Amino acid sequence: MKQKSQSVMRFLTGSAVPILFITISVIAIPLSNYSGLYLAREIVTRLCRDSFLVLSLLIPVMAGMGINFGMTLGAMAGQIGLIFITDWGINGAFGLFMAALIGTPIAILLGYFGGIVLNRAKGREMITSMMLSYFVSGIYQFFMLYLCGNIIPIKSPKLLLSRGYGIRNAITLNVAGGFDKLIRIPIGKVYVPFGTILLIAAACIFIMWFRRTKLGQDMRAVGQDMGVADASGIKVEKTRIESIIISTMLACYGQIIYLQNIGTLNTYNGADQASLFAAASLLVGGATVSKATIPNAIIGTALFHLMFVVMPMAGKNLTGSAMLGEYFRMFISYGVVTIALVLHAWKRHKDKEMGRALLREISSENTGK
Amino acid sequence: MSKENVLLSVENVGKQFEGNRVLKNINFSLEKGKILGLVGENGAGKSTLMKIIFGMNEIADTGGYEGEIYLDGEKINFKSPLDALNAGIGMVHQEFSLIPGFTAYENILLNMEKTKPSIISKIFGKKFETLDRQEMKKIAKDAIDTLGVQLDENALVSEMPVGHKQFIEIAREIDREKVKLLILDEPTAVLTESEAEILLKAMRKLADSGISIIFISHRLREIIEVCDTIVVLRDGVVVVEKPAEGLNVRQIAQWMVGRDVAGRKAVQVRDVDISESNKDVILDVEHLWVDMPGETVKDVSFSVKRGEIFGIGGLAGQGKLGISNGILGLFPAGGKVLLNGKELPLNSTFNALKGGIAFVSEDRRGVGLLLDESIDWNIAFNAMQVQNRFIKKKLGGLIKWRDDKAMKECADKYVNALQIKCTSTKQHARQLSGGNQQKVCLAKAFAMEPSLLLVSEPTRGIDVGAKALVLDSLRRHNNENDTTIIMVSSELEELRSICDRIAIVSEGKIAGILSPDADTAEFGLLMSGLSNLNEEGEEQ
Ligand SMILES: Nc1ncnc2c1ncn2[C@@H]1O[C@H](COP(=O)(O)OP(=O)(O)OP(=O)(O)O)[C@@H](O)[C@H]1O
Ligand SMILES: [Mg+2]
Repeated sequence: MKQKSQSVMRFLTGSAVPILFITISVIAIPLSNYSGLYLAREIVTRLCRDSFLVLSLLIPVMAGMGINFGMTLGAMAGQIGLIFITDWGINGAFGLFMAALIGTPIAILLGYFGGIVLNRAKGREMITSMMLSYFVSGIYQFFMLYLCGNIIPIKSPKLLLSRGYGIRNAITLNVAGGFDKLIRIPIGKVYVPFGTILLIAAACIFIMWFRRTKLGQDMRAVGQDMGVADASGIKVEKTRIESIIISTMLACYGQIIYLQNIGTLNTYNGADQASLFAAASLLVGGATVSKATIPNAIIGTALFHLMFVVMPMAGKNLTGSAMLGEYFRMFISYGVVTIALVLHAWKRHKDKEMGRALLREISSENTGK
Repeated sequence: MSKENVLLSVENVGKQFEGNRVLKNINFSLEKGKILGLVGENGAGKSTLMKIIFGMNEIADTGGYEGEIYLDGEKINFKSPLDALNAGIGMVHQEFSLIPGFTAYENILLNMEKTKPSIISKIFGKKFETLDRQEMKKIAKDAIDTLGVQLDENALVSEMPVGHKQFIEIAREIDREKVKLLILDEPTAVLTESEAEILLKAMRKLADSGISIIFISHRLREIIEVCDTIVVLRDGVVVVEKPAEGLNVRQIAQWMVGRDVAGRKAVQVRDVDISESNKDVILDVEHLWVDMPGETVKDVSFSVKRGEIFGIGGLAGQGKLGISNGILGLFPAGGKVLLNGKELPLNSTFNALKGGIAFVSEDRRGVGLLLDESIDWNIAFNAMQVQNRFIKKKLGGLIKWRDDKAMKECADKYVNALQIKCTSTKQHARQLSGGNQQKVCLAKAFAMEPSLLLVSEPTRGIDVGAKALVLDSLRRHNNENDTTIIMVSSELEELRSICDRIAIVSEGKIAGILSPDADTAEFGLLMSGLSNLNEEGEEQ
């Protein structure tokens, strides 16, 4: 009986974060007065828009590096790709693939750089990757603001600021919907963009396959115990860099998918919040900084965005003030990460306690009978 | 000894850590297919010597070593353990190096995984080959079978008993191709007798297949049983190198310590009234059950008088370890435990500690020490956390700070009493030898000045000479501080040398409680669970 209550406890602490957010949603949905159909449409759109970005966080978690806030670097690479193909006037899904092609080497380069930096900050990867993204963001802005149109040729005046160089802040993408419109089939009254879903499925399959490769196995080993992995001859630093490179590349593609859905590119601050929202989604899905699965990513994305849609309206209806509704939205997106991280710290504490109990179990002398 | 048959020869090797010399002029050699037993007191330098041979970074980081080592006639100079592995040396450390979240077979084949190529891997390289888990399991199974032990290659290492982990580590080392030399640093310390037996057999088998083995153990019987030659280290010097044939435990122990160890006069024994009429009971255990895997306690009742030393013995796996772990609340437990007549809530470690109980676990690796903290800090830690000791209050308690001086005094006291071998009490626990870490665990419990002290396997990893020291210190603590002690041990002689009464656990129950002077045969009967049968037989 004790054992049973312990396993129930384990489940509860394990899913504390998703349970909290489901509870909040259940209370907020009726308050918002949104119809089921509206919510279904919103969720489908947002799942397709964001899942890929969230998936890009999984591999560094596996390698023990926590949540890679440096995925912003990949998002920037994707945006650079998009700006070029927009300038060259390439349209549709082909244009998006071209953007990915341009973004890939940039993402690899940035990921390599990020990996090296994170190797110098073992144990503090998350905060370091956050600082890193601010730093690289500065370089990115310099590139966009001064180099583009000056040194880097940009033809289209629609992209350039009136002074003749530097990229405008809001760019309408003519590749908008490139993936979404590919295979768009209505299910009931909800349009489902199967083109994008195929890409997300491909990412999931890639991650599942990757976990089974030698490199994936090395990352798991490094993630669990760098010392032991090193002693067995696994190149720890290299493996960690590779995990960041892969994450950055996926984030690059994720941002392209995200922006083709949105339709406009916010050149200077579009990438900033990508990592914040992706991290929040993953944590809401019940992932921890040391263990994250594909279901965590998908469920988390759905849950987080459900809240994101419902809360402002619920807030407005509750208080009668649109201002407060807006405030609610901001509050949620930042609050979520904080709450999820705090809950996660608590959960880790609990896990540790249980782990300690487990450890003792293991250490018991056992004849094996 | 024919020169070409020599696999390893160590010549004039020396080592110092920041001016602290631990090895001096070491010379010995090892032939192919032979087992060399390396013995010596705690801190004699055994592990350090092995780390040198294995090229551990710790050695280079602390200034390297002197002298030469030859493997197969070639001088070795390993930059890292990887070079050693490639040269055919495998080592199983005193501390485990397994990945807890991996299964047994994943660990055995760590970084030696079998993979299948695919189109993608042909383009992007071998790293992208997928694992051939079927093949990996087969190889792991073969290695496990070679050792002759029963264990599931699919089990998670984190859920395995310590003994099995040890086998996994060894399986990993022998699985490497071209392994020539296997270094085993106290592999049997965590094994039960039957497991140790299996391991010794496996070692013999490996040696017969041509692999040379260096075997470190404090159980001298094992050394005599399995080794071809023995090397005795004392204070960093080789004092004896001899064929093991015909040696006895007492002789080896004498070489280790440098004086005769037998005939120790026990500390004067205090009289504690252990008869039924003494109602001054400190701990009363009624119908205790504990769900500790491998050490299940079914129904145990006993009471401990204030001031006595109460021993708990029995064969491995019968439940003796479960009792102390259950009382401390480390495993799900039920029944009733009264401490000083007040009921102790089970399943709550902190309450147990608060109630004046201190515990030394049989598992020093798991719950023991803060390795990167100093010795004095380790010793004072629990006392400070649980009892607010070693804390100075200023301004009427508004400001509190650590009383470093008191902490140091306390640490010095125990370093002396237990002869913990260290450069100072500021040395980090990580830098201590295995046996000395165990002593720090004991000191930590003493420092809490508990009214009831539970010690489990207190002499594990302690050398023959220091064993007596540890036992004496328990006795002395009992004498001077009026501390009641419950001692759990698998070594009957140890229990008999200091306990007032000894309970023998069999099949999760107490088979009987005997006086230490009782006949050895009586203990044997209780342990084997046959005593009842026998009594019936006598009545007939
Ligand atoms: N990294 C280190 N820095 C400083 N001193 C060290 C370090 N490692 C070991 N020592 C010291 O070297 C001495 C020998 O330690 P070693 O671990 O070789 O002993 P041992 O013979 O294996 O003992 P045991 O039987 O207790 O395991 C000890 O006094 C220890 O404190
Ligand atoms: Mg040692």
